Amino acid sequence: MTMTADLFHYTVDADGIATLAFDDRERSMNVLNRASLEAFYGAVQRAIDDPAAQAILLASNKDDFIAGADLDMVLAFTDAAELKASTLRLHRVLRRLETCGKPVAAAINGTALGGGFELCLACHHRVAGDRPKALIGLPEVTLGLLPGGGGTQRLPRLIGVRAALPLLLEGRKLNPSQALKAGLVHELVSPGQERQAARVWLLGRIGQETRQPWDMPGFKLPGGPVQSPAGFEAFYAGNAMTLARTAGNYPAPHCILSCVYEGLQTDFDTGCRTEAGYFVVAALSPEAKAMVRTQFFHMNRVNALERRPQGVAPRRFSRVGVLGAGMMGAGIAYAQAMAGIDTVLLDTTQEAAERGKDHARRLLDQRVAKGRMGEAQRDAVLARIRPTTAFADLEGCGLVVEAVFEDRAVKAEVTRQAEAVLAPDAIVASNTSTLPISGLAQASARPAAFIGLHFFSPVDKMPLVEVIVGAHTSPQTLAHAMDYVRALRKTPIVVNDSRGFYTSRVFSTYVREGLIMLAEGVSPALIDNAGRLAGMPVGPLALADEIALDLADRVNRQTAADLGSQWVRTPAEEVTERMVHGLGRIGKKAGAGFYDYPAEGPKRLWSDLAHHFPLAAQQPELATVIHRLMYIQSVEAVRCMEEGVIDNGCDADVGALLGWAFPVCRGGPIGQIQQVGMREFAGACRALADAHGARFAPPALLEEMAVSGKSFYHA
Amino acid sequence: MNHAYIYDAVRTPRGKGRKGGGLHGATPVHLAATVLAALRDRHALDTSAIDDVVLGCVEPVGEQGANIARIAALVAGYDTVAPGVHVNRFCASGLEACNIAAAQVMAGQAGLVVGGGVESMSRVPMMTSGGAWAMDPDVARRTHFVPQGVSADIIATRWGYSRHALDCYAVESQRRAARAQAEGRYAASLVPVRDVNGIPLLDRDESVRPDATLENLSTLAPAFAGQGELGFDAIALQRYPDMERIEHRHHAGNSSGIVDGAAAVLIGSREAGARLGLRPRARIRAFGSIGSDPTLMLTGPSVATEKVLARAGMAVRDVDLFEVNEAFAAVVLRFLDALEVPADRVNVNGGAIALGHPLGATGAMLLGTVLDELERQDLNTGLVTLCVGAGMGTATLIERV
Repeated sequence: MTMTADLFHYTVDADGIATLAFDDRERSMNVLNRASLEAFYGAVQRAIDDPAAQAILLASNKDDFIAGADLDMVLAFTDAAELKASTLRLHRVLRRLETCGKPVAAAINGTALGGGFELCLACHHRVAGDRPKALIGLPEVTLGLLPGGGGTQRLPRLIGVRAALPLLLEGRKLNPSQALKAGLVHELVSPGQERQAARVWLLGRIGQETRQPWDMPGFKLPGGPVQSPAGFEAFYAGNAMTLARTAGNYPAPHCILSCVYEGLQTDFDTGCRTEAGYFVVAALSPEAKAMVRTQFFHMNRVNALERRPQGVAPRRFSRVGVLGAGMMGAGIAYAQAMAGIDTVLLDTTQEAAERGKDHARRLLDQRVAKGRMGEAQRDAVLARIRPTTAFADLEGCGLVVEAVFEDRAVKAEVTRQAEAVLAPDAIVASNTSTLPISGLAQASARPAAFIGLHFFSPVDKMPLVEVIVGAHTSPQTLAHAMDYVRALRKTPIVVNDSRGFYTSRVFSTYVREGLIMLAEGVSPALIDNAGRLAGMPVGPLALADEIALDLADRVNRQTAADLGSQWVRTPAEEVTERMVHGLGRIGKKAGAGFYDYPAEGPKRLWSDLAHHFPLAAQQPELATVIHRLMYIQSVEAVRCMEEGVIDNGCDADVGALLGWAFPVCRGGPIGQIQQVGMREFAGACRALADAHGARFAPPALLEEMAVSGKSFYHA
Repeated sequence: MNHAYIYDAVRTPRGKGRKGGGLHGATPVHLAATVLAALRDRHALDTSAIDDVVLGCVEPVGEQGANIARIAALVAGYDTVAPGVHVNRFCASGLEACNIAAAQVMAGQAGLVVGGGVESMSRVPMMTSGGAWAMDPDVARRTHFVPQGVSADIIATRWGYSRHALDCYAVESQRRAARAQAEGRYAASLVPVRDVNGIPLLDRDESVRPDATLENLSTLAPAFAGQGELGFDAIALQRYPDMERIEHRHHAGNSSGIVDGAAAVLIGSREAGARLGLRPRARIRAFGSIGSDPTLMLTGPSVATEKVLARAGMAVRDVDLFEVNEAFAAVVLRFLDALEVPADRVNVNGGAIALGHPLGATGAMLLGTVLDELERQDLNTGLVTLCVGAGMGTATLIERV
């Protein structure tokens, strides 16, 4: 274990510059945790007290500066008074540092985020090295936290409220060049020159008392005081935009606004105390706990391929085939080409295949136009995609993604044709969204190498891939399929073959509940507003329109046919049937579903909706509608776990977040249960079942875990 | 209990609330002193008998700060023994001031009190005094703050008042105001504002647009759509999730005008009036305020009216004339529907859409307006009510004597 003192190396050179170099040798990146903060406090005090030290340089011995706070430490916060006290201690040290009179500079040699950048803000001079991929900013809000090291007080005093608020509220990460332009750093130098440049500045200031702008007499807040027409405008607008966006589901942005509004109207130290109060509120909020768990810890576990079968050597894919150049196939080809994989893009006609490649070309052109890619690079990526109609061209592919029509016969045919050319250990992966893999695998000559890879649309933006393990899929195939997904820089969740897999199955309960409520006479405006107010990006009725009602109707019929007497029909299916067959309203693509989609202007609820689905005299409370829409997803997720469709809470929550934007303030469908409390959630489900139907009944697994106290997130 | 009587009511004309407006060159203290002096001069009042001067003002900062009531009383030459106090219940402040005056008299704690209000929106614009409601992030979030124009549009959407209906109402307000001006119906209370030489600066309400038509109103773009898009529509739907969207239908032509003005009402007991040889014109029977949803904000008038009528043991049909402040057309339309009041009893001489709404003064102006009209038509009972920011409503019921 690294001794506290070892975390910050302290050296004073002949010029009187004391260098405090952070170097946590037990980690790949420096983070702020109890040990490193203690070391920092000690080093700072030493530099302040040391008569030989006439200037102070904050630096890192690692490739990056400081990545931020240790999130294990953050998750462990439970006591408000204790947390506030330790936060105030950090404030005291940073204040001592910036008011000691000696000049202080930061040599930002790489990424400096969150608390790491807040340490830099307490320095008088910041030099950033122009390293590609280095990021500078205060992204705490994205995890439900806020900058608790003085960021909400220093940043606006540095660049004004108007410029600071977006950076704080969105948690924007800037590259060093952007950071310079935004006024976050003073100097931009070539990578490797940071310490040298900082030293030059320090040497120029030795002997002169150095202070922060906000400690200078006559300091005026850039952009004017809070109580001014400009200040009014900034907060009037900032408050509105933030509440419109969060619907009160995310406390951190509101806390940030209060830190800036309240703190900037007082002296600096009082402002820091105000920030500390709000930091504690945010850090202890259930929303922050859920966001840190799901977005950081669980996401890391999933991306680290925790579910990858042991003992299988990693596999690299240099050449991959894509069958079907439609929207999905084209998107997959693009993703592969961007990852450096040679792609054979196959369709029934050369035109269709070329159209698929054009899709990639359009996406690449956009990147070039935005300056995110050079033309030569674009051409190189595009060159990797080979459009063809010849199955023979698939020779040498280590993996083939089948992305043709959702039709068993068509899929079987292309699978057979592909396998005739592929090596026996080449993987055939179907991008089906609804057809069980084990059934499709019957068309394969080597079902052990057959697997499902369910991509999400649009492929270029959606990071999730559902890896669906068929009855005969081998562990090697699973492991290699996960390697392939990671090579595409996407996130795989592992799902066992079943109807609807995981994402479609759970997500569709949200839409279905909305339709059931419509059939009950709940106001459609209330239904869709409730979905959004719960934190979902779109209401269930609008979503049903987007997915297309005729598609949903076809799926319902197929499912009914497949399940026979096992099929449980709900009012939702009747609503869909009536819309499609009775009323001819199939959804957004036809301009008419639950909503009308005029050529110009926003969508509007179909004016005849109330005629066909009369409003009930008694409307439910908003909270009830929200609970129905959100809890049914959790119940279904638990059923999935009970049936072995998905075997752990991490995949379930990460899959929900990435697959259908389940509101991360609740953690995920499983996280929501934890947030509410297992017993409370089971009780709530029983009440919902009594009032609205057996589909809400808590599954046995949930009842069992409520009693045993086990967690859904087993390691 | 002592009764409180209205002995007189005066008001300045309403000048356009921007530079170039007829009263822009008059300081707020001067506007207030003008009406205070007028009350005194019309009755040769011994102002040492005045127990208090209560003036409403919504932006009590800068030129309107530091208790403008007391300062204006001194400047008007009132006897120094007459104290003054400023009051702020936003748009109802002028009426609130009169209610407070009446309460002092009815409680037997004062004999003669002046209630009134002043607002120079051209010199101290709306929002100058800031405040936590819109600005403090914690407050704005908890109260689901939306600006009043969005509230007006929520009302129009929720109760189905079309753009056409709102504009029709606005045209009618202009027509009634123009007729009232032509027939001199305001003359009894109107006092001119004079410059330092005594030369009149403005002697008539200058905002009235007799040429307003449905056609020219229909060309005006909705004024609050931008605010809605900024985020306030989404916030409104968080508060009222049974609504699909907020339709933006209000604009400058069917909302109250921004103007400058002041008003004062002399209120007192029977004995105090008699001692000074004053003849009472009306009795203040009941008054009160209520709170309602801050986001919806502007539906207070009907609720305040019901409360006041109940206290007086009266019904809507017992009231001959109403003055319902035309903050926005939908406010009045909603009032009419909520209480089933015939439109020909409400704002019969036009309202703030035509005349303008000098925030802190309007309530007191409306009291004089309804009283003048009751006398003109020889009717008996009048009620004044205004919607108020942050979700309130204030009402006052008077009857002639």
